[in-house]
Amino acid sequence: MTMRDPGSDSALLRVEDLRVSFPGASRAAARIEVVRGLSFTLGRERLGIVGESGSGKSMTGRAILRLIRAPGRVTAARLQFDGVDLPGLPERGMRALRGARLSMIMQDPKFSLHPIMRVGRQIDESLTLHESLSRRERKSKVRAMLEAVRIDDPDRVAKLYPHEISGGMGQRVMIAMMLIAQPDLLIADEPTSALDVSVQASVLQLIDDLVTERGMGLILISHDLSLVARFCDRILVMNRGQVVEACDAARLHHAVHPYTRGLLAAVPRLHETRSTLPVLDRDERSST
Amino acid sequence: MSVPRAPGATGGWRAWLLDDSPGSRAQASAGRAYRLGTALLRNPLAVVGALIVLGLVLTAAFAPWIAPESPIGQDLSNRLLAPSAAHWMGTDELGRDIFSRVVHGARITLTIVALVAIISAPLGLVIGAVSGYFGGWTDRVLMGLTDMFLSLPKLILALAFVAALGPGIENAIIAIAITAWPPYARIARAETLTFRSAEFISAMRLLGASHTRIIARHVLPLCTSSLIVRATLDMAGIILTAAGLGFLGLGAQPPLPEWGAMISRGRAFILDQWWVATMPGIAIIVVSLGFCLLGDGLRDVLDPKHDDA
Repeated sequence: MTMRDPGSDSALLRVEDLRVSFPGASRAAARIEVVRGLSFTLGRERLGIVGESGSGKSMTGRAILRLIRAPGRVTAARLQFDGVDLPGLPERGMRALRGARLSMIMQDPKFSLHPIMRVGRQIDESLTLHESLSRRERKSKVRAMLEAVRIDDPDRVAKLYPHEISGGMGQRVMIAMMLIAQPDLLIADEPTSALDVSVQASVLQLIDDLVTERGMGLILISHDLSLVARFCDRILVMNRGQVVEACDAARLHHAVHPYTRGLLAAVPRLHETRSTLPVLDRDERSST
Repeated sequence: MSVPRAPGATGGWRAWLLDDSPGSRAQASAGRAYRLGTALLRNPLAVVGALIVLGLVLTAAFAPWIAPESPIGQDLSNRLLAPSAAHWMGTDELGRDIFSRVVHGARITLTIVALVAIISAPLGLVIGAVSGYFGGWTDRVLMGLTDMFLSLPKLILALAFVAALGPGIENAIIAIAITAWPPYARIARAETLTFRSAEFISAMRLLGASHTRIIARHVLPLCTSSLIVRATLDMAGIILTAAGLGFLGLGAQPPLPEWGAMISRGRAFILDQWWVATMPGIAIIVVSLGFCLLGDGLRDVLDPKHDDA
């Protein structure tokens, strides 16, 4: 397909033949590959990864950050972030990158915020880890960051515990936490799936502003085709751990791969004329 | 329904404490403390336990003022006197007032209990959290060690340590602490396992936090609450082990008025002068019972699954 290749110099992230596998049900069983030979390059742009549940989207994000715990195993012919070879990096070097230059917004704020730690302190963690600032400087930065994610009363919210804030607010806190160190690459793993539509739009707008203002690279992982088509520059469609289609977002509706066509056809329309909504033919795609 | 708040009205502060929608965090925590307090007070046994422990603490704090005589002052002309108005619990073989010795012994007991809890609970907490967090070989080695400690009777193990370290109250405390940590390690490990793969721990890892930092600042605070209840329940056991060591002559050394050591000395006269051994024995029973009752009460109140009110 038409896939723009950002000049090799400007590439922020290069992934070639990324594979993530987990052991099978028994010792004798073969390892199950959840990501099978994924390759892509990312510049300072917005890349969307779509696919149904279990297609390996989130595992891709986690594999890039090396967050997959044993017994999961990650292999890649090449996994380079800004010229640095990630798999070859010692754990300490990886820690210096995580949060500071590479970060990830997780799916559900209900589970991804520490339950007994005040929100302000959690955002502050990233600053404590990567920058040496005085307490006052950190406090004003946290405050400014909370304002940047459009939280009205930052001083009050910073003192609250995660169970005291709403889901939308929690997701914004999560975003603040991941962006306060101003990373170069942000992986957003379904950042809006736990939110209702109105909050969803404002959270996406917020991420978009930060991408354009700071020139950050973004990987948006989602199962929502139309959202990704609206929001991203390029799209990768994943199925069973493989990329089945890569195209410009604007050209998604001209996609040719049967799986992508199937996904598109399964999206309900506002003025529906079809009597039955088509579902994916699972036998057909197994041949891919 | 909101209760009208009239500051002067009777029970105004009570309504404020029990308000369904507290206005500030201070009010909410005060309300929670009040509810826990009343729940504890509804359990008569727990109240008895709390009173005994409170009595122990007060006795230890004001021992020199409560005790009528010095705990080590000898008066050989008044040896082995039966309990009377002058000597409430009688006197021992060196003419020392047993009541004064028991009162001063409260200090030693409380010191041992507090120090053992302060040493062994954090030790077990750290070992358990590290074990649960890393899993794999770390877990196997640390839990193997824990099982080894658990497989030996506490007193025997403490005895072995004191024998190696030399008798004395400090060594007794160290020995008891070394034998007391395994249950805490198990609890901390179980708690850690439930959230080691939680999203918020992953979130901290991808912020670039080191393992040490995650364990110390994010895992340990979550384990402490269940550990505190367990520590309260264990205090009776600590008292008994300390008394056991004292009885065997390996704990506090004479002339320190340690209860176990006092029983040991009184054993020689137990047939004719029963009070010498019995009085400190009663003190041990009462105090360990108090800790048991208080611990049980606390567990019932703090355990959300046990909420049948």
